[in-house]
Amino acid sequence: MRITQGCFSFLPDLTDDQIKSQVQYCLDKGWAVSIEFTDDPHPRNTYWEMWGLPMFDLRDAAGIMKELADCRRVYGDRYIRICGFDSSHGWESVRISFIVNRPAHEAGFRLDRQESVGRNIRYATRSYANDRPEGERYQSR
Amino acid sequence: MTAQPNLQAIRSAGEAHEAVVTSVDLRREIEAVEIEQVLAQLDRELIGLLPVKTRIREIASLLLVERIRRKMALATTFPTLHMSFTGNPGTGKTTVALRMASILHRLGFVRRGHLINVTRDDLVGQYIGHTAPKTKEILKKAMGGVLFIDEAYYLYRPENERDYGQEAIEILLQVMESQREDLVVILAGYGDRMEKFFQSNPGFRSRIAHHIDFPDYGETELLAIAELMLVEQNYRFSPEAREAFVRYIALRKAQPLFSNARSIRNALDRIRLRQASRLVADIDRVLTSEDLTLIEAGDVLASRVFSGGSDAPIKQT
Repeated sequence: MRITQGCFSFLPDLTDDQIKSQVQYCLDKGWAVSIEFTDDPHPRNTYWEMWGLPMFDLRDAAGIMKELADCRRVYGDRYIRICGFDSSHGWESVRISFIVNRPAHEAGFRLDRQESVGRNIRYATRSYANDRPEGERYQSR
Repeated sequence: MTAQPNLQAIRSAGEAHEAVVTSVDLRREIEAVEIEQVLAQLDRELIGLLPVKTRIREIASLLLVERIRRKMALATTFPTLHMSFTGNPGTGKTTVALRMASILHRLGFVRRGHLINVTRDDLVGQYIGHTAPKTKEILKKAMGGVLFIDEAYYLYRPENERDYGQEAIEILLQVMESQREDLVVILAGYGDRMEKFFQSNPGFRSRIAHHIDFPDYGETELLAIAELMLVEQNYRFSPEAREAFVRYIALRKAQPLFSNARSIRNALDRIRLRQASRLVADIDRVLTSEDLTLIEAGDVLASRVFSGGSDAPIKQT
């Protein structure tokens, strides 16, 4: 199941040139761009691992594309996203985030139903990939 | 002029593609990138430095031709643009580097045209594992622009074999080679020490296309620089003060630690200080704008240089 989180996730995967122009857009707006990765793409897992620190004071997307290439080399089998952080007063939060790398096979989620008191049902979303230990979840079997 | 026959040629050849141009109107091309303004500004605002200006004009022409060649799909590789600026302190290396960045930007050889000015401290870390991230961060900031490394020879310290400078040099060399279209590196420093630096790091010399040497300023040029600086700050010399300053330059130039235009600027700062205290000393007078702009001979002559003392940066007069 294809995961749809952040911007552009209903579109076909962005090409490197498209990623580059999105990153350049962020930089032109004065946002700090950061790269994050995870192998636990649960919708409520908002804190992904950081690939280095957010990159402040950059002018050109080339530096970030270099970092993205490095990140892909190490964590190419995981989800990687790019975030643009707006530090200006009143915003002080992430303005954009989009997925730039996916595992070859996305296992998807299972919906668990638990019957509780009365006729209540509790729901839980569980990633099939999470049955395996961290770091091995998206490796080809 | 040449554009019209060119158009007909394309039509008659029945070519649909516009991407590859077969002839270019040079004048229009030069006007389009507004390169002349930058060069004229360079001529106007920088006094002397004739060999430097000539070299920059040559480089600009080369890049212009290269740009046209790219349009015509004749150029296959991206030209190497890394440079080294050698010369004594205060000869305008940083200023020229700034202009270089904007020339390169106008001609489309760097995408943003900003200048990142760094020294050894910004590139080399203090402990193992600190250098690489530090250097890479600076390189990322400089992407799309010009990285200006002042006193580059400090990167290499042969006397300490565990010095982390070597690590920074290796990262730099790698990026200078593999990401030539992303950034331009300009190394700057004193001539003789840069020469030694290049000898011990042959990798640098081969990756640098343009070596530009900045000559020292002559005494008349220094005076012209001083007057330009004063005009910018709305001051002027009285004729006697000007004469005194000519003598000051001759004396100061012979002293150690003379750093050309920078020494002149420092001298002017001290002269302004003395002018201000002269004006303030007499409380009861009415000041006119003439009083505030004029620098008297006394302001210049009070300098320690005239009494045989030193006017080196550390000491205050």
